[in-house]
Amino acid sequence: MPDPALLSIKDLHISVGSRPVIEGVSFDIAAGEMLGLVGESGCGKSVTALSIMRLLAEPPMHIDRGEINFDGADVLKLDDRALEALRGEQVAMIFQEPMTSLNPVFTVGDQIAEVVTLHRDVSQEAAMARALELLGRVGIPTPETALIRYPHQMSGGQRQRVMIAMALACDPKLLVADEPTTALDVTVQAQILDLLDDLRRETGMAVLLITHDLGVVSQYCDRVAVMYGGRIVEQAAADELFARPRHRYTEALLRTIPASNIPGTELPAIPGTVPPPGQRPSGCTFHPRCHAMVDACPQTMPELVGDAHLIRCWDPAA
Amino acid sequence: MSLLELNHLSTTYPGAKGAVVQAVSDVSLDIEAGEVLGVVGESGCGKSTLGRTLLRLVEPSGGQILFDGKDLTGLDRHQMKAIRRDLQVIFQDPFGSLNPRHSVGYIIGEPLVVHGIGDGASQNDRVRELLDLVGLPPDAGRRYPHEFSGGQRQRIAIARALALDPKLLVADEAVSALDVSIQSQIINLIAQLQKRLNLSILFISHDLSVIRHVSDRIAVMYLGRIVEIGPTEAIMNEPRHPYTLALLSAIPRPGVARQKRVVLQGELPDPTNPPMGCAFHTRCPKVMDICHSVRPVLERPAGSTTAGQVACHLYRDHQ
Repeated sequence: MPDPALLSIKDLHISVGSRPVIEGVSFDIAAGEMLGLVGESGCGKSVTALSIMRLLAEPPMHIDRGEINFDGADVLKLDDRALEALRGEQVAMIFQEPMTSLNPVFTVGDQIAEVVTLHRDVSQEAAMARALELLGRVGIPTPETALIRYPHQMSGGQRQRVMIAMALACDPKLLVADEPTTALDVTVQAQILDLLDDLRRETGMAVLLITHDLGVVSQYCDRVAVMYGGRIVEQAAADELFARPRHRYTEALLRTIPASNIPGTELPAIPGTVPPPGQRPSGCTFHPRCHAMVDACPQTMPELVGDAHLIRCWDPAA
Repeated sequence: MSLLELNHLSTTYPGAKGAVVQAVSDVSLDIEAGEVLGVVGESGCGKSTLGRTLLRLVEPSGGQILFDGKDLTGLDRHQMKAIRRDLQVIFQDPFGSLNPRHSVGYIIGEPLVVHGIGDGASQNDRVRELLDLVGLPPDAGRRYPHEFSGGQRQRIAIARALALDPKLLVADEAVSALDVSIQSQIINLIAQLQKRLNLSILFISHDLSVIRHVSDRIAVMYLGRIVEIGPTEAIMNEPRHPYTLALLSAIPRPGVARQKRVVLQGELPDPTNPPMGCAFHTRCPKVMDICHSVRPVLERPAGSTTAGQVACHLYRDHQ
């Protein structure tokens, strides 16, 4: 990788009680890069995202081992004060449902200004001016009017724009976006993803995009990490991964979606269900559902190996 | 004669401060026996209300629902109950529609009890048959909904919907809440059952790639109206309405480079106060003067040789 990593996660292990949820996740993100973390429910993508800002509910969750390095700091060793400085200022996060992250009894302007005054020593007027600037930046049509509106007076797409404005308030170096467009309509989804793409290109902010939508990662991310059963099973440049998926799970996933098939034909379905944490099978977690299983698969978990295209598979596709 | 024929169907909801939300406006369409009609549109376009209205779970404010030639709008509760044997529905969230206190066997067999079909023994046989039909193990009947995954719960909902051998199924976002790897299992199941039982399905979804896969014909809705309807291939390959075009180009597809897209500005207008003329004109990249004042009629474009209809001034011969 040419650029030094802004965020570097190494061999992260997280459990809920005695059940392992994340079982050895490692990846890097460089400044200005958009990395897609893709997987189905229960694969551990959101838990990984929350751990970056140390937002896990501890207990019952706990980080068993591993490293999270952000811009030279060891995130797992930071005290509360240092974490406060990290959250919102260095790393910001947006979620799927903006309504639950916004306070219904404060105006949009007040809420954005609050983030500014929390991290910067500025007057209320300066904070409001910054809020106005940010609302314009994220494409809210009339920012002056939006400042004095309440979240419920806005549409879902506009509320997500407000969340992005709040996230940008302190010029973070990394934005963690957890399913930011899943609750939005496709035409609005395209607007929000285009906005995130413009922002990271202009500001050099890195984006970790967490989603279940293969189409979204394919079209917006530089690199993609595919998760299954608490581990990254494949990681490569987006073009490479979608042109030549090598892990059998990625391969099966791309084959099974309706968009890859002739209308009306039977979809090549993946049998079985995603195993929940605590019920993950031995060996490769995907082996009971795999179409290309070999002897080693039920026995031993393969390592994530490769140079630019990493795969965790005993018998990868050619 | 079509199995289902909707004539100028409209549904309104009371909105805030005495306003009226026109959820479904003047929708006319038909579904043949054994046909799958996909209804696609974004949230608030009225697609779910359309499905609920034709089942009379919501009362229409105008128009006709002709099912097997009989108008459902005038029927009383008793008459409607008899018709419901032929009209069934599955929803998005199978957990929300399955009573957690009842066993799966009870849930699937309940329609038989309600309609007084057969005795206990024959009802049990039918439940076993239905479990097998949807790919669940025979012992699933003794278990409870929470013991099943999302995909299996949707199988339970499908089994219940099929208990009475319906002629028409309304599937409202039936696969939208499922994971990618589970979604295709359920799409396959619905497609198999549709062919095997010669079911008609009104398949409602926001996901055009799913709609494309399962439907014989597609209706695209915007703000309560059908803006385009036609055979699946025609809609996908030669979309006419600018909204259909935008919807198609907004879908990110894996491995397909981000094309020069029609990114729509703004969002859905307030349905209590829809725009004059064509409801889409506020967001349309091809808006003309006439669109602000005159609502286009859903009709076959001038000179068209295909069956598709579109409600757009671009395709009309205005002298």
